[in-house]
Amino acid sequence: MSQSATPAFPKHLLDFRDWNRTQVESLLETAQMMQEVLSRPVKKVPALTGFTVATVFFEPSTRTRLSFELAARRISADVVSFASATSSTTKGETYKDTLRTLDQMGIDAYILRVDAAGVCHQAYAWLQKPIINAGDGWRAHPTQALLDAFTLREKLGSLEGKKVAIVGDILHSRVARSNAELLPMLGASVVACGPATLLPGSLPGASLTTDLRAALAEADAVMVLRLQKERMDKGLLPSLPEYVAGYQITEERLQWAAPRAPLLHPGPMNRDVELEGTLADSPRSLVERQVANGQAVRMAVLYHLLVGKKG
Amino acid sequence: MKGEILIKNAKLVDGRGEHGQADVLIGEGRILSLSGGEASTVLDATGKVLSPGFFDPHAHLREPGQEVKEDLQSGLAAAVRGGYTDVVSMPNTTPVVDSAEIVRALKEKAARLGRARLHPAAALTQGQEGKVLSEARLLREAGAVMLTDDGRTNEDAGVLAQGLQYAASWGLLVSVHAEDAGLRRGGVMNEGAVSFRLGLPGNTGYAEAARIARDLEILRYVMEGPGARGLQPGRSLLHIQHLSTRRGLELLRQAKQAGLPVSTEVGPHHLTLTDEHLESLNPIYKVAPPLRTQADVEALMEGLLDGSIDCIGTDHAPHTQDEKELDMLRAPFGIPNIEVCWPLLYTELVGKRGFPLPTLIERFTDGPRRLLGFSPVHLIEGGEASLVLWSPGEERPVEPHTFASKAKYSPWAGWVLRGWPSVTLVEGCIVYLQQENR
Ligand SMILES: [Zn+2]
Repeated sequence: MSQSATPAFPKHLLDFRDWNRTQVESLLETAQMMQEVLSRPVKKVPALTGFTVATVFFEPSTRTRLSFELAARRISADVVSFASATSSTTKGETYKDTLRTLDQMGIDAYILRVDAAGVCHQAYAWLQKPIINAGDGWRAHPTQALLDAFTLREKLGSLEGKKVAIVGDILHSRVARSNAELLPMLGASVVACGPATLLPGSLPGASLTTDLRAALAEADAVMVLRLQKERMDKGLLPSLPEYVAGYQITEERLQWAAPRAPLLHPGPMNRDVELEGTLADSPRSLVERQVANGQAVRMAVLYHLLVGKKG
Repeated sequence: MKGEILIKNAKLVDGRGEHGQADVLIGEGRILSLSGGEASTVLDATGKVLSPGFFDPHAHLREPGQEVKEDLQSGLAAAVRGGYTDVVSMPNTTPVVDSAEIVRALKEKAARLGRARLHPAAALTQGQEGKVLSEARLLREAGAVMLTDDGRTNEDAGVLAQGLQYAASWGLLVSVHAEDAGLRRGGVMNEGAVSFRLGLPGNTGYAEAARIARDLEILRYVMEGPGARGLQPGRSLLHIQHLSTRRGLELLRQAKQAGLPVSTEVGPHHLTLTDEHLESLNPIYKVAPPLRTQADVEALMEGLLDGSIDCIGTDHAPHTQDEKELDMLRAPFGIPNIEVCWPLLYTELVGKRGFPLPTLIERFTDGPRRLLGFSPVHLIEGGEASLVLWSPGEERPVEPHTFASKAKYSPWAGWVLRGWPSVTLVEGCIVYLQQENR
C-alpha cells in the first residue's frame, strides 16, 4: 500500500461533499487490496495497530455495526462500541454529552449512526476527529454507496455511461441520496423511481420518475430499497398490496432492464414486498456480494482516514 | 427652557420622515423642545440618529416557568439594548398566560425592572388548548393587549371565529400562528430543494398559505357574513404572525385590498436568511415557520415596503445552548434576535438595498403601535420621550457572548452591522446607555 500517490483526503466521511473522483477511486483501489486480504487464510493486517475506533450507534443496526467492527479488527484496530436502543436524548443525555465522554477515552475515529440528518456534522465540529457516517437519518450512508459502487464496478467494469435505477422509498432513503451523490461522480447516471408520495421533489444527481417501466428501461443495474411498513401509517401509501402491484421488482419486470442487469439491495430485505423472493436468490442478485464487499470497503475507509491521510 | 436631558446634535428620523438636526430637550417624560435648552444631563449625539423607541409586537420572554431560557429581567434588558421601549410578550409559558392574575403579575414585575415596557399577550383559549375561550374582558382590564395561542396553531375554525367575535368586542387583537398542521407534518425546515437534498422532513410554505386562506375566510364570516355581530373594529382584528411566504403575502394583500381588517408582521430572520443556511445542518437556523427561499425573502421585502406587511415582529425565541445543540429533529424552534433586529435590518435593508429609512422606522414604531391601538410616538414638541438614539456609522460584529439575553448564540454571529442603539429612553428615563455594557 504505497502512500506516495495517495491524494490528501478529507478527515471525515460525512457524505461526499468534500470528496472528489480521484479520492474516491483511490479509496476503491485500496478496497480492492483489502479484499485480497480477506481472501487470505489469516484475514488480518497490522495497518491500524495502536489505533482505537469506536462504533457509536444511537440507531440500532446489528449488520452495519458488525461489518464496521470486523473491518476495524481485520486491520488491527482496537474497537469499542456504544449502542443505545433508544436515543440517548430521551434519557436526558445529549449526543454531545455521550460523544464528549467517549472522547475522554482516547478514541481515534468514530463510526456514528443516528436517526437525524446532520449529527455526524455536529460530531465532527465537536470532536475534530475522523468521523465516519454510518447512516444519519434520511440523509447519507456513504459507506453503503461506496460498497454499492465497488460491487457494481466488480460486475460491470467501469461505471462510465452506465444507468443505475434505484426503486422504492426514495424520499426517506439515505442509501438513495448517497448513491445519487456518488455514482454520477464515477460516470454513471441515476434514475430514482417510486410512488409520488415517496419521491422527493428533486434529488441532485438523479432524475425522478413514478414510471417503473421508464426507470428500468435500458438500466444496467437495479437497486431496490427496503420499504418501511410505517409508511402506510403515515398515509404515504394506501397498502402493501398496492405497493407490490405498482413497484415490486419481479422476474417479469426485470426484463425491462438491460439483459442480465444485476440486482442490488442494501438489506435487510422484505422478501416478496419490494422484491420477488426468488429473485433475491437468483444469479442476478448481488446482495451477498454487497455484504462481503462492505467489509473491504470499510477497511479501506478506516485505513484512509486514519493512516492514509498522512499522504 | 430647563429639562432633565438634552440630546445635542441628533439627526431626527421618525416614521413620517427625516426632520434634520436638533437639540432635543427632554423633561417630564416628554419632548419639551427641539431647539435646545438647559438640562442636568447632556448627551452629545453628533453623528447619531434619534428615533421613536421600537415596539416589538411579538417576543418570547419565557416567564413564567421557563426562566432557564429567558426571564423578564434578561429579556427586557435585551430589548432596550435593541432599542425597544415596548415589548409584547407571548403567552406560551408555564403556566400559560390565560388569567388576569398572571397578566397583572407580569406587568408589575416589568414595571419594577424599569427597562422596556411590557404588554403581555394572553392566550386566546384557556391553556392554549384551542377549546374554551379565555376571559378577554378581564384580561384586557389587567393589561393584556392581544390574544393568541402562538406556539400552537388554531385547528378548530369555529373556536377561532368565536374568538374573533368575542375578543373584538373587548378591543383585543387576535393574533395567530398560521400553519396547517396536516400539511406541515413533522417538518423541521422549508420543504424544497434543500430539504430534499439534506434528507430532512420538510414543512411546505403552502402550509402557511393554506391556513391564511382559511383564516381570511373566517374573518370574512365574522365581518361580512352571518357571523357579523355589528363589529366595526376600525383597526386590525386578525393578525397573522411571522409571515414567511410569497404566497401568504399575496393572499393578505388581496384581503387588505378588499377591506378586511387583517394585519401581519415579518421577523428579521425571514428577511435575511434562507433555507440555504440549513446546508450547515446547524439547528441554530431551526425556526417556525422555517426559513424559506430567496424568492420569498424578495416578496417579503416588497410587502414590507408597500405596507402589505404592517410591522416587524422579532419573534425573539430564546432557548438554552444545550437545547439548540440537539440534532435537527430534536432541537427546539426559535432564534434569539431582539438585540440585533434593528442594526441587522438597518444594515441589510437600508444599507445594502436602499430601503427607505423612514419606512423601516415606521415598521418598527408606528406600525406595531397602530395595530394595538397605541398612539404613535413622534419627534415633535410635546411628544412622548420614548426614544432610541442609534449610530448609523458605528460598525461592529454581532458578538453573542455579549448579549443581555440568556441565549448567547445567534445565526448572525460575526456579521458586521451598523446602526447599533446607544441610548434608549422610556418616558424620559434612560433605560439603556451603551457604555454600561462595553
Ligand atoms: Zn408562532
